[in-house]
Amino acid sequence: MIVGLDIGSRSIELVGVENGEVILARRSPTTFDPVARCAGLLDGLRPAALVATGYGRALVQRLGLDCQTAAVTEIKAHARGAAHLFPGARSVLDIGGQDTKAMTLRQGRVVRFEMNDRCAAGTGKFLEYTAGVFQIPVEEFGAYALKGTDPPEISAMCTVFAETEATSLMARGARPESIALGLHAAIVKRTVNMLGRVGHEPPLVFTGGVANNPCVVSLLARALGGAVGSDILIPDEPDMTGALGAALCGLDQAARTYSTTPADQLRTAI
Amino acid sequence: MPDSIHADSPHKAMWETLNLDLSAHDALLEVLGKFYGDIYLSQQNRLRGAEYLDFVLSEVHGLRIKELQEAKAAGRKVVGSFCVFVPEEITLAADAVHVGLCAGAEAGTNLAEQLVPRNTCALIKSFIGFKMARLCPFIESSDLIVGETTCDGKKKAYEAFNEIAPTWVMEVPQTKTPAARALWRSEVKRYMAELERVTGRTITAEKLAQGIRTANAKRRALQRLTGLRAASPAPISGRDALLVNQISFYDDPVRFTTKINELCDELQARVEAGRGVTPPNTPRLLLSGCPMAVPNWKLPYVVESAGAVIVGEESCIGTRNSRDLVDESATTLEGMLDAIADRYMKIDCACFTPNDERLDNVADLAGKLKADGVIHYSLLFCQPYSHEALKMDKALTKAGIPMLSIETDYSMEDVEQLKTRVEAFVETLA
Repeated sequence: MIVGLDIGSRSIELVGVENGEVILARRSPTTFDPVARCAGLLDGLRPAALVATGYGRALVQRLGLDCQTAAVTEIKAHARGAAHLFPGARSVLDIGGQDTKAMTLRQGRVVRFEMNDRCAAGTGKFLEYTAGVFQIPVEEFGAYALKGTDPPEISAMCTVFAETEATSLMARGARPESIALGLHAAIVKRTVNMLGRVGHEPPLVFTGGVANNPCVVSLLARALGGAVGSDILIPDEPDMTGALGAALCGLDQAARTYSTTPADQLRTAI
Repeated sequence: MPDSIHADSPHKAMWETLNLDLSAHDALLEVLGKFYGDIYLSQQNRLRGAEYLDFVLSEVHGLRIKELQEAKAAGRKVVGSFCVFVPEEITLAADAVHVGLCAGAEAGTNLAEQLVPRNTCALIKSFIGFKMARLCPFIESSDLIVGETTCDGKKKAYEAFNEIAPTWVMEVPQTKTPAARALWRSEVKRYMAELERVTGRTITAEKLAQGIRTANAKRRALQRLTGLRAASPAPISGRDALLVNQISFYDDPVRFTTKINELCDELQARVEAGRGVTPPNTPRLLLSGCPMAVPNWKLPYVVESAGAVIVGEESCIGTRNSRDLVDESATTLEGMLDAIADRYMKIDCACFTPNDERLDNVADLAGKLKADGVIHYSLLFCQPYSHEALKMDKALTKAGIPMLSIETDYSMEDVEQLKTRVEAFVETLA
């Protein structure tokens, strides 16, 4: 079995692949001790190889595994996973816990990509934080926002200022559901700008935990002028796409020889 | 690192005389030493010639400053500048020492933000911060500080800077019309007159011819280095090559030329033996854009840690400084000033409009160096290069050369995001 491990800022996902089939999927929150969480997810498994991705991908070196390990970026992993699930995919949008990535694909390979830097506005963490203002679990926030009508425009994209703006709109008597819809619309607007910069084309695969949010999906479909299910494709478990892609990269690399982490290449030169 | 980088330095008395803030300066050197150890000394199989680089860098605020004091004691003047437009050959013709000033690290940022707006690029904030925090021995040793009008940020910053460090500003034109060339020619001559005033010496045709030859020899050594980096596998890391370019602004030009030619001899032997610093299939990248002043090694380190090797720097601390030579055929002073003006007008700085030759030059350089891709680097808030990043992307896409655009500054807060973006770019090339 080859294991893909996506160590993100909010959650860790594990996918095990054997003979090209997914045979195992596990997930855990990241917490303050991701190494222990990874070890917990790997408990009882004896992978032939492990490929890590996500912000914590370098942590795999600290797991003390006796199998071969490698690391790929989230960009490559999500592209690989999305292209596997939807072979005709031309673009991928991944909105995770603290970043958003947009990429275009050609024959399953990344051609162009963009990602946010320095600021995590408009990501899963933004939704989680603002859902808290409405005292709603983040999992239900999308359905809640879909009940809104005529959303006010939220101009602040800073998470803290957006909360202030939402609070003052509430004080002025706006419907909370409509304010929530406005917050979702702000995220989608920002995301569509990023997709525009990479020159996205349908079909677009939407991955990452935020693809579970029905309001973001619906607003995105409207903004892009496409239909969900044909132009916008969402995996059954969108948050597992990175781990799946990492495992599949492991298969690709198994065909070649396993290398050490890229950082070591320069040191072992000559 | 040699001991002088540490706090118990034999140069302490000199730094005190230069009115540096000793404890802050010690702290700066300590961080620099650690940074250098992590980024440079951790490399394996470096060139023997890298000993020179290590030594010059470790003594950049030590022995080199001592040399400047000795030159001053012998009646020579020190000219400090921030830009490749200030003609070094004229400085040399006046028997003065030409040095670059500190602008590559976050220093005194909070002080600098009292003089310039917050959304000013890191390079400008850095030179102002270095002065205000009393951390740059070069600026404290300078008899003449020369600014230039290459961008609005610098232009206005020099007005503010002049209050704390008298700055003599050259007007760099914004176009390449005959009128612009005439303006620049007059500025070159005005610089010569200012140098004669400051040094009390007369610049003769003979002296200027020698200055031209010295500066050209330095550029030829750097051109030779650029040429050798076209070899695959790459014979030198991008970090070391960047350091060579950085040191070209600090060290004595004649010594530098000799040492870099020796380093190139060693490189040539490596190339002939087919040896490199990375395996032959390592993705080769060209850096293009804003200058990386010492110790701004952040992006090169991220790139080379991502499994790629940098084969060229299209920047002012790179090929923009070494690509063009001054024609040596003139025999009169006026003829030489013409040749100097013409050479500097070829610089494809993003401060010019239009500046389309830069697009061709980058595509051409990427081809010559067999680069698999280009990383365009703009300092945050650098309008000229940020604009050209968009044009460059279009031009290189058309030429079939992949490009990644990076906008960053001197802080370390975005290193993880940079790693992800650079590694992902390298993955697309592999």
